[in-house]
Amino acid sequence: MTAAVTAPPDSGKAPRTSVIARLTRRPLLVAALLVVLIVTAAVYAAPLIAPQPPLQQDILSPFAGPSAAHPLGTDGLGRDILSRLLYGGQPSLTGVAIAVGVFAVVGMVLGILSGYLLGWADRVISPVLDIMLSVPGIIVILAVLAVFNQNIYVAMLVLGLFASANLARVIRSSCIAIREELFVDAARVSGLGPGRIMTRHVFPGLAGLLLVQMSLFAGIALGVQTGLGFLGLGTQPPQPSWGGMVSDASQVIQQHASFLFIAGGVIGVMTIAFGLIGDGLRDLEADRRRMPGAARPATAVAPPGGQPAPVTPADPSALLTVRDYSIAFEAADGLRTVVDSITFTVLPGEVFGIVGESGSGKTVTALSLLGLLPDNGAVTTGSAWLGSQLLSRVSERELLKIRGHEIGLVSQEPMVALDPHYTIGSQLCEVVRRVGDAQGRAAVRDRALELLASVHLPRPDDVMRRYPHQLSGGMLQRAAIALALAGNPRLLVADEPTTALDVTVQSGILDLLRSLRAKRDMGIILVTHDLAVVADICDRAVVMRSGRIVEEGTVDEIFYAPKDPYTKSLIASTPNIARSIGA
Amino acid sequence: MLRIITRRLLLSVPLILVVSGITFVLESLVPGDPARSLLGVNATPQQYTALRETLHLNEPLIQQYWLYLGNVFRGNLGTSIFTDQPVSQVVASRLPVTLSLVIGATVIAAVVGTLLGVYSATRGRLSRRVVDVVSLLGNALPPFWVALALGTIFAVDLGWFPATGYTSVSQSPQAWLSSLFLPVAALSIGGVALIAKVTRDAMLATLQLDYIRTLRACGVSPRSVIWRHALRNSSLALVTTIGLTMISFFAGAVIIENVFVLPGLGNIVVTATNEHDIPVVQGIALTFAIIVIVINLLVDIAYGLLNPKVRTR
Repeated sequence: MTAAVTAPPDSGKAPRTSVIARLTRRPLLVAALLVVLIVTAAVYAAPLIAPQPPLQQDILSPFAGPSAAHPLGTDGLGRDILSRLLYGGQPSLTGVAIAVGVFAVVGMVLGILSGYLLGWADRVISPVLDIMLSVPGIIVILAVLAVFNQNIYVAMLVLGLFASANLARVIRSSCIAIREELFVDAARVSGLGPGRIMTRHVFPGLAGLLLVQMSLFAGIALGVQTGLGFLGLGTQPPQPSWGGMVSDASQVIQQHASFLFIAGGVIGVMTIAFGLIGDGLRDLEADRRRMPGAARPATAVAPPGGQPAPVTPADPSALLTVRDYSIAFEAADGLRTVVDSITFTVLPGEVFGIVGESGSGKTVTALSLLGLLPDNGAVTTGSAWLGSQLLSRVSERELLKIRGHEIGLVSQEPMVALDPHYTIGSQLCEVVRRVGDAQGRAAVRDRALELLASVHLPRPDDVMRRYPHQLSGGMLQRAAIALALAGNPRLLVADEPTTALDVTVQSGILDLLRSLRAKRDMGIILVTHDLAVVADICDRAVVMRSGRIVEEGTVDEIFYAPKDPYTKSLIASTPNIARSIGA
Repeated sequence: MLRIITRRLLLSVPLILVVSGITFVLESLVPGDPARSLLGVNATPQQYTALRETLHLNEPLIQQYWLYLGNVFRGNLGTSIFTDQPVSQVVASRLPVTLSLVIGATVIAAVVGTLLGVYSATRGRLSRRVVDVVSLLGNALPPFWVALALGTIFAVDLGWFPATGYTSVSQSPQAWLSSLFLPVAALSIGGVALIAKVTRDAMLATLQLDYIRTLRACGVSPRSVIWRHALRNSSLALVTTIGLTMISFFAGAVIIENVFVLPGLGNIVVTATNEHDIPVVQGIALTFAIIVIVINLLVDIAYGLLNPKVRTR
């Protein structure tokens, strides 16, 4: 039913918003970019703007507070802190730039080669990436520092090299997706060679992703660079470096704790800025991909004021009463009504069909009865009652008393309807303990076995031990029905229970539902797009189209005397039925 | 299952070769002559030739590497240039410290991160924001800075924990815990942030699945749906992340051990780096590589145990 919620694929009509316009909607990203730009500019302009050379000492005024001459004060040797901060940024930022550059180039090349060419290139590159990811990078960096005489730039180059395996992995998987896209096919068909396709067509599609990964990695690289500086590796004192300044501050931490926040703060702010740029670019990229008008993960829909719903159903003897019932979903362009003022009743012991094509609102209607609408959907008008018990707009706590106890659900895809991590027996026993009246281990197990037998599963004790992936679709659907029956519900909601199954299995499931109805005097709502199923098993039915009920009546009335042209066309398009009723 | 483990073990062979190869090649690049620097300036030419012979320095590089590998397999990692201590002894005496630190931090990060992640996936918007901010800060604050700040507040100002140093568990379990508390806290913060984020995303995706709807429709309690069923499915992503976090903690331990002066591998490796004590750096690199292999193997096994489709095949 998600089809009703998501917008049609990119209509392409939305005016292309410029980069500037999109940026202004992300102030955090702009701020982060500005921070990085300003700090970088200041660091490299240090010789021009720093108040003093970084090593100039003034023994007479150590630990001086901020003043006009020393805006951030002086350190223990009377050196100007601002100057040291500016000069000290140079090894840090240059190191980051080297690491990010190597990271981007190596990661991109390896990723595109293995992801676009696949075949032998991938068979060579993928294991290499695996190994690179497993090598303890920091140790290799330390070894490099030991050998290359504390050269921080070589160390950062090595960092970028090893980290590039991460990027290559990400690029590779995106690349595999992109190579299947139409425009790449088109380029291939038009006779472009792989080299040209990779550089001209594949690379631009990955550029956004690359930028995101680069900025996130910049934060990591800065952390490593300053961490090494802090350990006294790389840039050697008395030359300033950000990590080294934190280390200096730690020496006098008891007397001058604020020192810790100056260098540490700059590192923190820069790291946060890199992180925010990464997140912001990712959101921009997602915006670009997201189709205009598509549903966002939305807030819950508040039911509108409207007219107050009646407190009791018109006919308390009916099993289910649904009146003036509307359901809406919150979409980017406002509320989207998917079920519009429908009214019907289901009698006790009746099999009631809700028929319609996908998008007609039939599944949403069924799920709403159990309070299982997605978070961005809600019942907006009207009410539903089970007997005299209100179902719509009741608390989650109330719903817990209804689900399983009063209404059971059987859903469409048996292969994914059960938890793959637990055996059938484990899940069934949990539900029996929760909603059944059995007490004690043995009684719960007996009840579970009984339920499996009641849905005509052979060898229930064997089925109990099985995991869902070890059973066939038909057996799983029977197990799912057993779960739904555990609490002896008065109403069973079956949402396309046979659609995903083979034809022979389908009739078995329908036979089962029929016999359960007879044995348990249970009402069944059968949601389906298949008129043959309706003809086979239902007593009465409604036909839904675009959220409205267009036809209602007994099965005979619907098939032999359809009033609505849509119903007629549905019948005509189901050959078996059309033939058997002589239409 | 067996196939996964075999693949991982096969992959570990080139990994060990790569790591030892890198450190070996790096060693050979060191400017200067190891024999000359070991003997000092007063050695006779005879002594010099003899030492070159014992160190196999006259043989081709590949042969030297082969000899080195042979020694490694016999448990001989060489001798520290500075202390003359066998490297295997250095590693053995310091490994427990690093393992205590890293395992402690991993447990904390896994537990706290999972709780935070589940909480933010199931409790609406505000908690989601809180986790976002926590994870931004957790990632942004450099670990050495966090360590210093924690040390200043809780050790220096409040005096609740020792500021530096390590007591082994055999000496006093209580003092051991106390000496590890701040290092573990400082090390685990980044991991908490990452694990919380991964848990949150995995939980949000899992909660959309059909079988969660089935269980809810059957009247299963929200608590069981979240903790027994949704978290179980998310645990597959979680185990991988915890493994990666643990590996990254070994890198973090290098810094944290130096802030808190814990006598672990990270502490000695920095000293050795500064002193150009290549055999020690080499031995520790190899130790870390083996640890990474073991962690990856454990992750693979856990993954198989958590996934019935792998387990029951």
